[in-house]
Amino acid sequence: MTDRRQFIQQAGLLAAAAATGSLMPSIARAQTAKLRVGMMLPYTGTYASLGTAITQGFNLAVEENGGMLGGRAIDFFTVDDESEPSKATDNANKLVQRDKVDLLVGTVHSGVVMAMVKVARDNGTLLIIPNAGANAATGGQCAPNIFRTSFSNWQPAHPMGKVMYERGHRKAVTLTWKYGAGEESIESFKEGFTKLGGSIVKEMYLPFPNVEFQPFITEIASLKPDAVFVFFAGGGAVKFTKDYAAAGLKDKIPLYGSGFLTDGTLEAQGASAQGLLTTLHYGDGIENAKNKLFRYNYGKKYGVQADVYAVQGYDAALLLHGGLNAVKGSFGDRKALYSAMEKVKIDSPRGPWTMSKAHNPIQDIYLRRVEGNANQVIGVAWKALEDPARGCKMSAA
Amino acid sequence: MEWLIQILNSVQYGLLLFLVASGLTLIFGIMGVINLAHGSFYMIGAYLAFTLSSLTGSLWLALPLGIVLAAALGLLLEWALISRLYRRDHLYQVLLTFGLILIFEELRSVLVGDDVHSVAIPAVLGASLPLTETLSYPVYRLFISAVCLALAGLMYVTIQKTRFGMMIRAAASNPEMATSLGLDIRWIHALVFAAGVALAAFAGMIAAPVSSVFPGMGNQVLIVCFVIVVIGGIGSLKGALIASLLIGFADTFGKVLVPEFASIAVYLLMAVVLLFRPRGLFGRA
Repeated sequence: MTDRRQFIQQAGLLAAAAATGSLMPSIARAQTAKLRVGMMLPYTGTYASLGTAITQGFNLAVEENGGMLGGRAIDFFTVDDESEPSKATDNANKLVQRDKVDLLVGTVHSGVVMAMVKVARDNGTLLIIPNAGANAATGGQCAPNIFRTSFSNWQPAHPMGKVMYERGHRKAVTLTWKYGAGEESIESFKEGFTKLGGSIVKEMYLPFPNVEFQPFITEIASLKPDAVFVFFAGGGAVKFTKDYAAAGLKDKIPLYGSGFLTDGTLEAQGASAQGLLTTLHYGDGIENAKNKLFRYNYGKKYGVQADVYAVQGYDAALLLHGGLNAVKGSFGDRKALYSAMEKVKIDSPRGPWTMSKAHNPIQDIYLRRVEGNANQVIGVAWKALEDPARGCKMSAA
Repeated sequence: MEWLIQILNSVQYGLLLFLVASGLTLIFGIMGVINLAHGSFYMIGAYLAFTLSSLTGSLWLALPLGIVLAAALGLLLEWALISRLYRRDHLYQVLLTFGLILIFEELRSVLVGDDVHSVAIPAVLGASLPLTETLSYPVYRLFISAVCLALAGLMYVTIQKTRFGMMIRAAASNPEMATSLGLDIRWIHALVFAAGVALAAFAGMIAAPVSSVFPGMGNQVLIVCFVIVVIGGIGSLKGALIASLLIGFADTFGKVLVPEFASIAVYLLMAVVLLFRPRGLFGRA
């Protein structure tokens, strides 16, 4: 008995020694310590599935680079931000000050991201935004250390004005929730639509996240516009398309939206969404080798189909990887790192894109039509669309 | 014509709200328990409708099954948790039922996931009635209204005209006296709580085909239900019915007429009612 225990102890010591022995040279070889990446994303609540997809996309890119980004191994520090703006500043500060992360990655909710932007501006920490579209993050609040790999709210909605005008619609009604993303999307659509000569008959709003649409549908039916443009997402999007179709309006007054109206919700929407046209920076059936490979690997690793959020998370890792590679993995010279990140050409599943001066993607916006359970890309609504970055005055790093 | 349809919208929305709020006002009024988890029971109902109708292939089978499951859940919760708090301060009830909200949300996330789901409208009721040349009204929405009215009538008769209803009223107005007259008050509380849970779950089930099924759906309903209970007077079913209809009108016409203030129309109504009737429309002193 004693012999056996001694043997186990000795074997354990030996193994430990072997392990440290074999580890020593590799520590010596690496130029720098592990990269400390703070992931601040929603893992519970309404946006939990988005946070998960972004994380998985990010991890896939890390794995494809041999578990490293820019030649450095990674320590992840993860915080569930719960899409709760009131906790956002504390959460971001915890990562920056307690965990001493090199950079923050996050998040989905625009209210939360604006708190992260504030923390990033105050501390000079690098922030990569993999979803939230608040225009200000790369507009009035832009900064050398803040990058976005998703979209600004202005981007997906703007091309729809052109699409609808070209399809012969002149008078439109808009409807959305009265909150940041909704209002910015409607504003952007309106700009695109009225510039060409279209007019907005009525702009309608309801409080977020209210889903009692019936009064508005009744009003739309009596206003009889040429078309309707809406911004909704998630449960609200499902309920709206179903109510709209049930009221018999779908075939009489065409419905359009930015792509979030039909993304990730098609199964629940069923027949009510069939044939709807939407605009977004990603879609199903994008014919490029990168997208095929990405979707295959993602499906194999996680057992689910990749979506736009997974792509944005994947691109966040690619951006960091590309930038760090150019400066040999060092955070020492911030200016050099940020200028390298500005110049990275991202070979994304959505198609290649580049960074704007305000650090938001210059990207193609696709026109998609709902066919079955897919948002089939039927064309490019706007080639290489750049956010106007209103109010952005980039100071030197 | 448009105004008539908006009135229809108001009534229809109000009746659905009544169905959810009635369970809350029962539990509040008869047992004196503040049940923050009421919205969760509504959500559980909707998810039961989704799960059971995909399993059985029919909403008609899912409804009775779901009601039985929800009532059983109500009995279990009353026995295991709620019954321990009758003699405690309201704050304990608030804490416990708030905890239940978090637990049910997490369980929902683990068991069904965070995606949005939908429940098909049964084929029999799938038609739409044309109201104007552009607008039709789904028959299923009218069906919901009819069911809500029928349930309101059933509850009224049960509570006002039957022996069991008398026992419930006795237990609510003077529990000690009711006990000394030989009523088993524990059993009455358990049944009322189970009925309240079943009502909320039934509302969730029957609303699922038009509201769709999504995370956090219960929280939206919970707040408006409390507003209804407060406006109607705590414990009054008649008050809850009238308050629900008032809310239906305030919400619908608020959105149409003063969209800028739509989000506060409902609360404005509550403030005005409380100003003149601090105990709600039908609250007892």
